[in-house]
Amino acid sequence: MISLKNLTKVYGHGDKSVTVLDNLEIDVATGEILAIVGPSGAGKSTLAQCINLLERPTSGQVIVNGEDLARLPERKLRVARRRIGTVFQSASLLSRRTAAENIALPLQYLGVTPAETKARVAELLDRVGLSHRANHYPFELSGGQLQRVGIARALALRPSVLLSDEATSGLDPETTRSVVSLLRQLRDDLDLAVVFITHEMDTVLHVADSAARLENGRITEQGSLVDLLTDHDSALGRALQPRLSPADPGAGSRAWHVTYDSRTVPADWLQRVSADLGEPVALLAATIQSIDGTSTGNATVGLHAPEPRAAAAFALHGLRAVPREAAAPEARTASAPRSSEELQWA
Amino acid sequence: MGLSIPAAAQIRALSDTPIPELPALLVPALGETLAMVGIVMLIVVALGTPIAVALHNMAPGGLYEHRGTYSVLSWIVNIGRSLPFLVLMAAIVPFTRFVTGTNIGIAAAVVPMSLAGIPFFARLVENCLREVPRSVTAAARASGGSPLQIIRSAQLGEAVPAILGGLTINTIAMIEYSAIAGTIGAGGIGYVAVTYGYQRFDQTVMLATVILLIVMVTVVQLTGDALVRATTPHLRRRA
Repeated sequence: MISLKNLTKVYGHGDKSVTVLDNLEIDVATGEILAIVGPSGAGKSTLAQCINLLERPTSGQVIVNGEDLARLPERKLRVARRRIGTVFQSASLLSRRTAAENIALPLQYLGVTPAETKARVAELLDRVGLSHRANHYPFELSGGQLQRVGIARALALRPSVLLSDEATSGLDPETTRSVVSLLRQLRDDLDLAVVFITHEMDTVLHVADSAARLENGRITEQGSLVDLLTDHDSALGRALQPRLSPADPGAGSRAWHVTYDSRTVPADWLQRVSADLGEPVALLAATIQSIDGTSTGNATVGLHAPEPRAAAAFALHGLRAVPREAAAPEARTASAPRSSEELQWA
Repeated sequence: MGLSIPAAAQIRALSDTPIPELPALLVPALGETLAMVGIVMLIVVALGTPIAVALHNMAPGGLYEHRGTYSVLSWIVNIGRSLPFLVLMAAIVPFTRFVTGTNIGIAAAVVPMSLAGIPFFARLVENCLREVPRSVTAAARASGGSPLQIIRSAQLGEAVPAILGGLTINTIAMIEYSAIAGTIGAGGIGYVAVTYGYQRFDQTVMLATVILLIVMVTVVQLTGDALVRATTPHLRRRA
């Protein structure tokens, strides 16, 4: 596991100093994937460099398996870095080495014998599903394959912590999904603590167990995905939900925004609420998914019933319903195409 | 290390050297040029590369970031790059004599040529290293590499094709410098070209040296290009 305690990074001195990371407290347990999200300039890349110790924190601790690595002398730090595997955003492979040779790099640095290196590289290639690409050069590999090589290289020295620094940024959705499922698979197989830094909100739902939001160098919110998604006051939880463009409720009908308010919402809540209200409730938009076995989601529905009665009917089944006009953040015509980043952080 | 000029050629003085006598004149000169350029390039690569690595890694963001040392080193390299070769060669005659004990001949030419070539090559290689994406060095550091391992595999290793391109440019520049050095008695093609072609209006020798220089530079360029192709995976596979 990895813990960051009072982690602070300040660049510059005196009046010109800039605090990029301010007293961060982050814990990632063994077998957990924590997503750290935040807009550009929030300090994500500095945080990544402090976690894999390419940058020394100004103060605070980086504790991996009980040992504080932040204050180690340079030579020991180099050894300590081997406990943390880092997957970088693309283009960090050596272009003149094959996939296998790239994966072998950390082993060669360590001084592992060629025979052992060969065996370990074969094992790693197999693990990331690239045995058939062992002798291909980076220019011959797709974006997803390059990232798989990067992941295999990060795992070469059997680290207990895996840091993914925007590893899926710039990949197409399908490739992102395959890389994400590989990371989850590896987390399970190898008992890794995974820190997944990204600016892509959509990816978080698929990869993480918990999430933290980094803004202006501070963690403004963190918690398990389920908690965040079922918490109405959580800005991060809202940001994690896919944005929907609801259909028109029709004349005389009123649109309501419904969110899962408890962990025990029945799957057939739409029928139940319809029955309770004595009218068919129209489904205008919905996204429902299972996060660690708990259903979470939100929906827009159309109905005629008066406000207090409708709200009560939803509440009965663990849902929170608000008339659509009042649900300010979601009440936006989503027809105009906007970039996903803008959408997430608007 | 004087030049052996055949007696026949000397007698003919102001008339053109007959073509059959050209090899006797040009072959030793070619040997001298190759010796000069060869020795100089060995020194240039041996000393220019470490300077380039030092410049690159002491610059902001490098492995041994050190602004002060970087500025001093960069300033020294700039001095070496500022002087036209002819001026440099004349200016350092006392130094050359101190190092080699003479101020004529190949040994004496090697000193100014190296002094001009080292900073040139250092800047070329520094540029090549700068072109290697920063994330590659970061990945090598995260992989637990020592600074030397990182410099060798992630920096120089990645820049090999670009460095070979720079080496080609540098070698051609040294052929040019060897001709200039030839005028102060270092021998070689340049010396023959100036004494026969320029001072004696020997058009045959002039033309022969021009052709010889063009051939030499072409061979160096083609060899360099082939080496760049051979060391660049995507160029190699397509070929």
